[in-house]
Amino acid sequence: MNQDKRIRTLVAKPGLDGHDRGAKVIARALRDAGMEVIYSGIRQTPEQIVDAALQEDVDVLLLSILSGAHSFLFPRIMELMKKKGLGDILVLGGGIIPVEDVPELKALGISEVFGPGMTSETLIKYITENLSAGN
Amino acid sequence: MDLVDGVRKGSVRALAKLITLVENEQPGAIEAMESIYPHTGNAYIIGITGPPGAGKSTLTDKITKELRRENYTVGIIAIDPTSPFTGGALLGDRVRMQGVSNDEDVFIRSMATRGTLGGLSRATADTSKILDAYGKDYVIIETVGVGQDEVDIIRTADVSILVVIPGSGDDIQAIKAGIMEIGDIFVVNKSDREGADRLVTEIKMMLDLSSAPRDWTPAIVKTIATEDKGVETLVEKIKEHREYLMESGTLALRRKERIRSEITKIVENEIFRYFDGLIAENRDIYDQRLEDIVGKKEDPYLLAKQAVEIIAKKISKKAGEYKGRG
Ligand code: B12
Ligand SMILES: Nc1nc2c(ncn2[C@@H]2O[C@H](COP(=O)(O)OP(=O)(O)O)[C@@H](O)[C@H]2O)c(=O)[nH]1
Ligand SMILES: [Mg+2]
Repeated sequence: MNQDKRIRTLVAKPGLDGHDRGAKVIARALRDAGMEVIYSGIRQTPEQIVDAALQEDVDVLLLSILSGAHSFLFPRIMELMKKKGLGDILVLGGGIIPVEDVPELKALGISEVFGPGMTSETLIKYITENLSAGN
Repeated sequence: MDLVDGVRKGSVRALAKLITLVENEQPGAIEAMESIYPHTGNAYIIGITGPPGAGKSTLTDKITKELRRENYTVGIIAIDPTSPFTGGALLGDRVRMQGVSNDEDVFIRSMATRGTLGGLSRATADTSKILDAYGKDYVIIETVGVGQDEVDIIRTADVSILVVIPGSGDDIQAIKAGIMEIGDIFVVNKSDREGADRLVTEIKMMLDLSSAPRDWTPAIVKTIATEDKGVETLVEKIKEHREYLMESGTLALRRKERIRSEITKIVENEIFRYFDGLIAENRDIYDQRLEDIVGKKEDPYLLAKQAVEIIAKKISKKAGEYKGRG
């Protein structure tokens, strides 16, 4: 029997930020939508996150951050992603990220940024639409 | 770039992509495995099984660290169950493998069972071969064990490690259910908890009672994975067992047995693919006959026999084309 291609995702928490509720909520939502979700755990360095994305061959990388350190951590992550040839992976950000920071993050190659109040449906729709458009 | 070439040249990206290709059974997967096979046989495969929460991931992390100290390279396959309801899976083993997660010489791949029974995913054996061909010295397979599931690990690993913990009462029950025979090494993890020594004694007794003739007396090792205690001894036991396997010729026998059951599986898979295709081509007829069978107008044995006959014809036709070409 042929296996369908499953969507593989990595939910990662960069930096020292310990707020992991949101990350766990989206991890479960993605699983319930039929995706395979790798959860990295908290306190990940950009290197660890990018290595995990590489080894796990994910289609989507989801970065959750509530500490305010996104403007420092996201550029580092995106730089490493390019360096390792992972520019084709869909990268999403979320957590507590002020709207005025979003354009700068999108310029790095982060496709979209989500915040409190985002519904699972919105996220899943965004992923499925953007993956089928990209591939 | 050809993925197999990439793997042989040490590309991590190619390694990850090839595993995906094989896991998804995409076109080219079987051909890729054909080219991988000649390069396998060098890695030593460690299987770790036991109930959820026993500390398998934590132990895998610590065993890997120990092996890295001696400069061995390691590939890890961490398996978690697919949800039968949604087909999705939450793969959280990496969380406990932080100690080795940014080491260039350690490759960790999380896998979902994708509906396969037996604790391993269907692609586990192939993934282990790919890691072997990539050049890893050790491949560690972590699998969730629930009762009978552990049995599959021995078909894939060179050494099977069964992890149990004190104080959960039903563990010994689980061991009794026939899996006593599969453990080459027993680990009593969470030995910081009460009852570890009692559990060791119980396992020992059970091993003595077991009538299976054996040349290797399974080792029992107490560990506290979170504190990195007992792991050095565990790795020593793994090596001792490996020496025993080599000297007694059991390793070669085990690997031969493994290939034997793999061949059966590959054939099963191949034939099943034909069957799947046959149903897909004749969906309406199949549905109609299914109705008839349910309504006792027909029986399933006749349908199965006919299906096998058609498949046999298709296969011999394909074999003919194959000969004609080459
Ligand atoms: C609960 C909470 C805590 C808990 C965390 C428990 C835990 N294990 O998660 C505790 C009490 C431990 C805590 C501690 C602290 N907290 Co606090 N905490 C909160 C609080 C009230 C709610 C966060 C939460 O769990 N929300 C519920 C989840 C489900 O929502 P969410 O995380 O926003 O996620 C949703 C969306 O944002 C989105 N999402 C999230 N990530 C991602 C990623 C992607 C890719 C996508 C697509 C979507 C997405 O999806 C989720 C579901 O809709 C917020 C305030 C707030 N209202 O947000 C402050 C807040 C985050 N905390 C804050 C602070 C300052 C701290 C502390 C530093 C306080 C201190 N001085 O000690 C510590 C730091 C702890 C640490 N180690 O990091 C600040 C951060 C300020 C900033 N960014 O500039 C906030 C914003 C409060 C504030 N207004 O000041 N905190
Ligand atoms: N007290 C104690 N806790 C442990 C030990 N080993 C692992 N744990 C904890 O047990 C939990 C499950 O561990 P994990 O490695 O994920 O188990 P797995 O499900 O078998 O892979 C985690 O919270 C670990 O920190 C140990 O030796 N002692
Ligand atoms: Mg685990």
